[in-house]
Amino acid sequence: MMLPRRPLLLAALAAPLSARAQTPGQLLLAAPWDEVLREARGRPMFFNAWGGDDRTNAFIAWAGGRVRDLHGVDVRHVRLRDTAEAVARVIAEKAAGRNAGGSVDMIWINGPNFLAMKEQGLHFGPFVDRLPNARFIDREGKPSTVVDFTVPVEGLAAPWRMAQVAFIADSARVPNPPLSMEAWVAWARANPGRTTHPNVRNFMGVTFLKQALYEVAPDPAALLRPVTDATLRPAADALWAWYDRLRPHLWRGGRQFPENGPAQRPLMLDGEIDLYITFNPSEAAVAIANNQLPATARPFVLERGTIGNTSFVSIPYNAANAAAAMVVANFLLSAEAQAHGADPRVLGNPTVLDIAALPEAERARFAALPRSPAILQPEALGRPLQEPHPSWMTRITAEWESRYGR
Amino acid sequence: MLRAVPLLTALIFLGPIAAGLAGTLLPAFGWLPALGGTAFSLDPWRVLLAAPGLGKAVLLTLGTGFAATLLSFGLVVVFCAATQGSPLARRAQAALAPLLATPHAALAIGFAFLVAPSGWIARVLSPWATGWDRPPDWATVNDPWGIALVLGLLLKEVPYLLLMAFAGLGQVRAAEGMRAAAALGYGPVTGWLKVVLPQLYSQLRLPLYAVLAFSLSVVDVALILGPGTPPTLSALVLRWFADRELSQWFPAAAGALLLLLIVLTAILAWRVAERVVASLGRRWIAAGERGGAGSVLRVGVPALMAALLVANAASLLVLIAWSFAGPWRFPEALPATFTLATWQAQVQAIATPAATTLIVALATTALAMGLALACLEAEQRHGFRPGQRALALIWLPLLLPQLAFLFGWQVALVRLDLDGTLGAVVWTHLLFVLPYVFLSLADPWRALDRRYARSAASLGAGPWRVFLAVKCRLLLRPLLVAAAVGFAVSVGLYLPTLFAGAGRVTTLTTEAVTLAAGADRRILGAYAALQALMPMAVYAAAVMLPAWLHRGRRGMRPA
Amino acid sequence: MSLVIEDLEITLGGRPLVALPRGEVAPGEVVTVMGPSGSGKSTLLAWLSGALDPAFRTRGRLLLDGRDVSLLPPALRRIGLLFQDDLLFPHLSVAENLAFGLPADVRGRAARTARIAAALEEAELAGYGARDPATLSGGQRARVALLRTLLAEPRALLLDEPFGKLDVALRERMRSFVFERVRRLCVPVLLVTHDPADASAAGGCVLELVQGTLVRVGATPADGGDGPILGWQTTPVGAASL
Repeated sequence: MMLPRRPLLLAALAAPLSARAQTPGQLLLAAPWDEVLREARGRPMFFNAWGGDDRTNAFIAWAGGRVRDLHGVDVRHVRLRDTAEAVARVIAEKAAGRNAGGSVDMIWINGPNFLAMKEQGLHFGPFVDRLPNARFIDREGKPSTVVDFTVPVEGLAAPWRMAQVAFIADSARVPNPPLSMEAWVAWARANPGRTTHPNVRNFMGVTFLKQALYEVAPDPAALLRPVTDATLRPAADALWAWYDRLRPHLWRGGRQFPENGPAQRPLMLDGEIDLYITFNPSEAAVAIANNQLPATARPFVLERGTIGNTSFVSIPYNAANAAAAMVVANFLLSAEAQAHGADPRVLGNPTVLDIAALPEAERARFAALPRSPAILQPEALGRPLQEPHPSWMTRITAEWESRYGR
Repeated sequence: MLRAVPLLTALIFLGPIAAGLAGTLLPAFGWLPALGGTAFSLDPWRVLLAAPGLGKAVLLTLGTGFAATLLSFGLVVVFCAATQGSPLARRAQAALAPLLATPHAALAIGFAFLVAPSGWIARVLSPWATGWDRPPDWATVNDPWGIALVLGLLLKEVPYLLLMAFAGLGQVRAAEGMRAAAALGYGPVTGWLKVVLPQLYSQLRLPLYAVLAFSLSVVDVALILGPGTPPTLSALVLRWFADRELSQWFPAAAGALLLLLIVLTAILAWRVAERVVASLGRRWIAAGERGGAGSVLRVGVPALMAALLVANAASLLVLIAWSFAGPWRFPEALPATFTLATWQAQVQAIATPAATTLIVALATTALAMGLALACLEAEQRHGFRPGQRALALIWLPLLLPQLAFLFGWQVALVRLDLDGTLGAVVWTHLLFVLPYVFLSLADPWRALDRRYARSAASLGAGPWRVFLAVKCRLLLRPLLVAAAVGFAVSVGLYLPTLFAGAGRVTTLTTEAVTLAAGADRRILGAYAALQALMPMAVYAAAVMLPAWLHRGRRGMRPA
Repeated sequence: MSLVIEDLEITLGGRPLVALPRGEVAPGEVVTVMGPSGSGKSTLLAWLSGALDPAFRTRGRLLLDGRDVSLLPPALRRIGLLFQDDLLFPHLSVAENLAFGLPADVRGRAARTARIAAALEEAELAGYGARDPATLSGGQRARVALLRTLLAEPRALLLDEPFGKLDVALRERMRSFVFERVRRLCVPVLLVTHDPADASAAGGCVLELVQGTLVRVGATPADGGDGPILGWQTTPVGAASL
């Protein structure tokens, strides 16, 4: 069903956008879950998710197979080079007046992308509390499942995996890894070309800089508020001063960077680098099991803690298959999917659920998971640092681009 | 019915290009009402010119584009000169044709697997020859000067130009000219350059311009082998088009237009340089120097060509090797074990884009063949002979940067509610497949002895029977080769799939380029190997099927 | 069955190429057209067979048995055509080439095979049906080409330098082979040739074209040509007709 386009287009351009989406899917949000399942059955569901990590791709393929068996939804993974592509597509569709039947059904999202869509009222929902499995989300223990990069999620996106910055060192070559960003500089100076960070245009690369920002910024508390010129300058100046000392000693002289996080694995496997950043504390265990890292790779965190966040899925306001997307979001929150994702042979991601709140049988799934010396247990990880407000990420990326990208 | 086909073809073909150029031109000057651009302004250009890295990106674009074109042209010219009349030339031709079927992206990925500091070459030579137990910290891929990009382009452009040169050589009676020059005491290389090249060049002009335009505006190879900070202009513009800030579309459109200007200026500059070189050349010819035997060139250049062939083949082999590799750590020359694990794990994920690739390529090729044959048949039946200008139009999609019209075309597709459909992808692929199919069909079609058709008609065969039972059957081989070329072009298209497919229609090429950013080499190898093997299999079928069908017919063997 | 050309005029871009006054070829008659290259012989043949490029403008009519066929497409004219080259389809066997010419109203595989076998045998080519035409000698190929044309049951025949590529010894034998069968078929035949010996062997009247104009009509190539022969005037008519 197509809605008349032109009036909506004009309205969209004329009126300031409300923070809360006014979506044509209100009926769906009021429908009982059985009806959502019925509506979803037999539908395709275009899941727009960053496709740069083969482990995650395999997990999505597994989830797609399960959802097809359970609910008859045909999940198609649209592999993005950058999540912004999907956001841009939704915005473009809105600009063209396509307010229903949109081509993006669900996006793996957080941070600036989530905020951009929220500010423009492009999320469908709030739908999270309509999902039967949402009641097991560990909202108290893992506050980032409801506040994303300081921005309240307000039920517009469903959490599906926890992420926390960790670092990987090849323990055969680096028995005592640097435990602060300052120590990182010293280590790099002593071992030129043996560490790097992903391209700053990639979320993993800018996270490396944010992690440093927490350490070098004169007022780390300012990071939790939207950035202003007054708060940016002292923080950024300190950051670039630190970075200018580090960069010449990076891999390829700091003039070339791996495109994303997973691109660092082959570099370590081949022995090009000895240290790198990741968003998955189980990265080493999973990658060792898949022959993607040397068996001696070990994770570690910094003394003053590392940034943690949550991966969400959201549904664009004009999604053609919103019901199918809700069904998939609900499945991703199931104990089955969460336990599969937590398996160190699969993703090794900490769950977003409160395991203690689960029924006995579901709890057993987590208890049965194998342990690995290459996994940092929650005790070792420590309580995560909160993600800075997304505007910091945007400004830092832009400054890096104009300082080092020319 | 048939009479309408040439016009219809022109509309299907030129419509999207015109719409696309307009749809890029207007936003470049601030006009895109859907995004609030309702007044013309130069702001997009101001933003573009202030973009970090733009100057370097433009220089990089010019440097790599001209370097790739000049080097491949030079190599082809000297190779032809050095091997004129020798069996080497014929052997090179047979070896090159299948290489042309390999998509750029697969070749670029394989080349990266080959020359990276941890690549196959370094593995084979380490540690015994190099002393490396870890890869050196060298930028042999994605280097800031674009050397890897230029080499990657050469792998594909040299075979293309060489085949074009061989086709042209058949028409200029090179052998006679060479005999005459030899009788006057000219050395073989000098004689070739003075007698054959001036005649051959006009046949090579359009292919050369296409190579120049392609090298200046290529995206997929630049993403895989080119530098990142900053990248080439085309990759930079693509980055802005994908930005979540849609206001970036305005400078992106201006950037696409800048790319178009660069390409057109470059072609113009090449044209001027042609004149200058021609007049200098005429003086050189008139000076009457005979030149020596050219022994160095006659050994050196074929050796270079052989190295290029080996690099091509090794690039494909290394893809296949990775896709079957178990653990393979530096500096092991070969994987410790070979396994089917990667293929088994990926078969489900790879099946969808593989099927899409196949469907799109088959549909596009069938359409392009149908249109091209109908145009050629209308030409013979109704005497619609396209003028020189109309023929130049068919080169248009190959001479314009894809970015310059694909963005505008995508906007038009959204308007038509066609974006993200298979139909839109097929239509967009047709813009690039049709020229290749038409150009490879037109010569053999026109060269077929018209008296066969007259003979058949005089025996009572109607026009369609003549078309199917005589013309198509006699030309089965070139027909199938043209189809294989069309198929290969479609399989290799990256940007057109990206823009028309809106992310929902993904092919092996779009997936491989996405994965090239950092996925496991075994998985990337599987995607790229399949992407490369698909068109090669079709090409092999296109060569073997007629050979098998005509096994008892001596008159049907290729000359 | 007769072939009548009525006041033919072919022009290209306003330039006259061929002009012929009314004339007739009787059944079983072989009329020879001679003339230097560029005299319009091929244009005339193309028009007769219906293969003239649309760029040419034509006036005049072609009558076969009194029926105007000049607007019919080539396939419906049933005018047989034989070239200097045999033009056997290289992708078909000898028998398949002949079957291509055999009208579809000869039905049934057995009947068609029998007709083809009989034709081959009569041409002393029995057993050659399965052969690849490329493996035949020049003379054999020429005979197969003629058989193919005749099997199509043409109502008229155009011969375009049919013996031009054969060596002298073979040419003699081929001429008698062709003319004998053509006469037996009893259809009008137009022969275009350079070779006066062809015209003599044909035995019909000879039209001589120069720059598209009929300059002379004679009983033989050497004949000065007086007196009316068939429909064509014997006096030089070229200047008057243009």
